[in-house]
Amino acid sequence: MSAKNDTIGKTITVTVLLCVVCSVIVSAAAVLLKPQQLANKELDRRTNILAAAGLLDPSKTVNELFATITSKVIDLETGKFSEAVDPATFDVRKASRDPELSKALSRGVDIASIKRQSQYQTVYLVEKEGEVKTVILPIHGYGLWSTLYGFLAIEGDLNTVVGLGFYSHAETPGLGGEVDNPSWKALWPGKKVYDGDFSDPKIALIKGKVDPAAANAEYQIDGLSGASLTSKGVTNLVQFWMGKNGYAPFLANLKAGEV
Amino acid sequence: MSETKDVLLSPIVRNNPIALQILGICSALAVTTNLNTAFVMALAVTVVTAFSNMFISMIRNHMPSSIRIICQMIIIASLVIVVDQILKAVAYDVSKQLSVFVGLIITNCIVMGRAEAFAMKNPPGISFMDGIGNGLGYGAVLMFVGFIRELFGSGSLFGIEILPLATNGGWYQANGLFLLPPSAFFIIGGFIWILRTIDKKQVEAPEFIMAPNSKRGAV
Repeated sequence: MSAKNDTIGKTITVTVLLCVVCSVIVSAAAVLLKPQQLANKELDRRTNILAAAGLLDPSKTVNELFATITSKVIDLETGKFSEAVDPATFDVRKASRDPELSKALSRGVDIASIKRQSQYQTVYLVEKEGEVKTVILPIHGYGLWSTLYGFLAIEGDLNTVVGLGFYSHAETPGLGGEVDNPSWKALWPGKKVYDGDFSDPKIALIKGKVDPAAANAEYQIDGLSGASLTSKGVTNLVQFWMGKNGYAPFLANLKAGEV
Repeated sequence: MSETKDVLLSPIVRNNPIALQILGICSALAVTTNLNTAFVMALAVTVVTAFSNMFISMIRNHMPSSIRIICQMIIIASLVIVVDQILKAVAYDVSKQLSVFVGLIITNCIVMGRAEAFAMKNPPGISFMDGIGNGLGYGAVLMFVGFIRELFGSGSLFGIEILPLATNGGWYQANGLFLLPPSAFFIIGGFIWILRTIDKKQVEAPEFIMAPNSKRGAV
């Protein structure tokens, strides 16, 4: 390194050249790879939706399977379909940070600890011959360390669970992280969410194993051992989203055929 | 030729960046819960170290010494962003698991350390080899740690079940400790111990000699 490198002119020239070259490379990579990245993200989201509804089929591609599902945006307050936003581009996470599209939740209401809730939500319907077979509902809420994001799928009777799956969380591996365990997730299908009344979801995780002979067994799921707080979080987020501040108005309307 | 070979192979065992230089420990704790992420992380670090070494070496004679660290950082950061973008495009699942740790390669001491210690003084070709060698050395430790953590923590290797888990109807009770970051400390410690038992030259001379106990009753 000779002294002539340390003149002001040389320093500025080297800096400018280096920055220009590097920024061109970085921008080129970001722009050229963007379509591929967006496709991956969309594929990932679709896979998660299908997985929650138990529709994944290795013989067909995810996009083929997803074509059988209708995406609809609903207004949570009125519980009706809404044309205000386009389901293809609507981003719920972004909307729940936007003061115009979301509202803050008071502490008493906010059992899932999500703080803000978007006014709109995208729901997914599987219809066969004009009849709703499965409704897939996005849910999220706080566990022990992290917000769990997932989907809950229910049958056309709007009460029986088809499946539950979380696609993003950071709970303790081996304890709360067992929400991903297939044998635990297998406990969900067939369980009931409501006891007749849409406003009051009964489904909950309990401590220990569910006794199949117990009176409320159809509303109960085994808690995760060693993960009381994650189990509590899952109960809270399911009850919140299935309750009157979540999808209950929509489900009631759907049942009555008034959406 | 023998110099190239030496530069390429010595960081794997004899002069391992993690085990001897104790660099880049932080990411080694975070990404080694399974072999898949460990492998991709090792690959990413190898690519970044090799190319950053090469580019830095190429312009080393023009770098003003007053801003040389900044110049190195610009090159390293650009390469890391490119690698991150490529991973998001071609290996989305793995990049999701690695999350911020790909971005944090920028702060990985190995990359910066090799740029400053080797690439600033050597021509591009040999610097590139040094980058590959150090990346492989980092990768070797990652794979070793990942192998143990995934096998005992999840009973699988590369996601393929090896020990049937008790929770899935098998016999192996997974050891959750291996999935938590502290276990990587123990394993890396064990790795360093094994390495220094084999290669005594790596053991540092003690900095002081323990004085004999003065009086037992005093404590």
